[in-house]
Amino acid sequence: MSDATQTAPRSGLSLGLRNVARGALPVAVVVGVLLALWLAAVGPMNFRLALDQATRGGADVIPATPQEQGETALIRLMLDNPGVLPAAYVFERPRLPRPQDVLIEMRDNTVGLARDCEWTGWGEGGENWSGLSNGCLRVINNRRSLIFHAWQTLAPTLLGFAIGTGLGILLAVGIVHNRTMDLSVMPWAIASQTIPILAIAPMVIVVLNAMGVQGLLPKSLISSYLSFFPVVVGMVKGLRSPNGMELDLMRTYSASGAQVFWKLRLPASLPYLFTSLKIGIAAALVGTIVAELPTGARFGLGARLLTGSYYGQTVQIWAALFTAAISAALLVWIIGAIERRVLTGMGLAR
Amino acid sequence: MTTDPGDGAAAPAPAPAAPVIQATDLDLTFHTNDGPVHALKGVSLDIEKGEFVSFIGPSGCGKTTFLRVMAALEEPTGGSITVNGMSPDEARRNRAYGYVFQAAGLYPWRTIEKNIKLPLEIMGFDRAEQERRVKNVLQLVDLEGFGKKYPWQLSGGMQQRASIARALAFDADILLMDEPFGALDEIVRDHLNEQLLKLWARTNKTIGFVTHSIPEAVYLSTKIVVMSPRPGRITDIIESDLPAERPLDIRDTPEFLAIAHRVRDGLRAGHAYDD
Repeated sequence: MSDATQTAPRSGLSLGLRNVARGALPVAVVVGVLLALWLAAVGPMNFRLALDQATRGGADVIPATPQEQGETALIRLMLDNPGVLPAAYVFERPRLPRPQDVLIEMRDNTVGLARDCEWTGWGEGGENWSGLSNGCLRVINNRRSLIFHAWQTLAPTLLGFAIGTGLGILLAVGIVHNRTMDLSVMPWAIASQTIPILAIAPMVIVVLNAMGVQGLLPKSLISSYLSFFPVVVGMVKGLRSPNGMELDLMRTYSASGAQVFWKLRLPASLPYLFTSLKIGIAAALVGTIVAELPTGARFGLGARLLTGSYYGQTVQIWAALFTAAISAALLVWIIGAIERRVLTGMGLAR
Repeated sequence: MTTDPGDGAAAPAPAPAAPVIQATDLDLTFHTNDGPVHALKGVSLDIEKGEFVSFIGPSGCGKTTFLRVMAALEEPTGGSITVNGMSPDEARRNRAYGYVFQAAGLYPWRTIEKNIKLPLEIMGFDRAEQERRVKNVLQLVDLEGFGKKYPWQLSGGMQQRASIARALAFDADILLMDEPFGALDEIVRDHLNEQLLKLWARTNKTIGFVTHSIPEAVYLSTKIVVMSPRPGRITDIIESDLPAERPLDIRDTPEFLAIAHRVRDGLRAGHAYDD
């Protein structure tokens, strides 16, 4: 591994960039097509709203009354009133916002929050730990900041993921080494995943609250509830992946169960584990967001989704959704990076 | 050099006359859904110290099963077998044998060096001793300089040599090999056969070698055990009178061909080829 990193100077880097460029084109095409579809949908989605507005503004529209409009097919309305279409694209509270509206909302609620941002230096004269003025920190600590809300969701996600992964690995080890656990735990693990998380989340919050547990932990437990399962399944598969010959070899050495575990089963399971971790961390994020929905959370991406839907702020909903998607992508990417490092170090990645 | 197997790990030497492996009237029946399968029936065989014994026969004749019984990987259902005067299970705990499988079976996340260290770690050798032994066995199988490579970086023949090195690392005085070169092409196989003979001459180990190749069996062995299926049994035991020094072209001599002929007759007698 160290050889490869040392003997891969500039040529490797430029090759990497070229690969990135080559990979970027298909991605850009797909993104472009999705954006085009989105833009094309904005007009029809908002058309009735626009028509309503035009009617009340006294414009000549066919049919003339809102009641008749309500009974007419959308396509008919659009064909009869082409002049209204541009108005469907500019709305304060559209049914479906334009992509750029969402991006502007995201910008306004992140970097756009900075006021009087300047370098104050550390120590004397500094306003806080960062060396930047308090106005800069609004980007991450303002109550409107998506970064603030994302962190409110990410912290329980990471804790929940850690709990879920730990539990999942322990259960998998038990299932592989103990026949009773194999027969008893797996059906329960599967059954647990058939119960909608939305049904369980409020109960968990209420029960834990009655026990005096508040803060990160309730959300984390709900998120671990979703993330332990892929880890159990993947880890069981991985721990059982050594073939008969590899196990027989250990028998010819009279190896103990612990030696077979540490020297054969565990290393053999790691590629499976990492695949599960990628699924698990995405599930953990979903779990946290879902945990925020029915429990009246005030902060977090789930809370943003909820308030957005209360007040018909579709732009806010979309912005929160995108922030969640970006967070999930980032988390999966981090796991992927760790996976590459570990497996390369083990000689398993080629 | 590691040519002396006497240090440390090896089991106490048996009395001079006693065979290293002694099987008497061995039976092994597997119970399958299609009824019992007689993998071994009435198998009796003595293997003396320092012998090179090949087991040859068509598939299903129980040659691999017999080897696995010696290694305590299978439990016989009848008869008795001793390895170094002990039960196979005790012999295994005394590290009496190294086992080489059909595939190299190197752990892909370990370098060649670490693969060879695997049995040494399990058996609790100290670090310096591990290093010393790895160096020695790598030399023995001609793989010096490949210790830091991962298995996938080596050819199939080199991987199989590494797996032999792994079996040699803890200095067991019996080497059990189950079709170790079966998956390799003929040229590589010839080369490895030649090397294996040299290794055997240098280390003076007792070797049990399963094969389905007549030339391979005749070329390598001091004793050839011909087996036949349904039920798995021994049909002929041939003591080879070929000289200890065996260049590859010994395979063209009349003596070699005579033995090969007898092996072929034995195989034909045990197997009617009627199905």
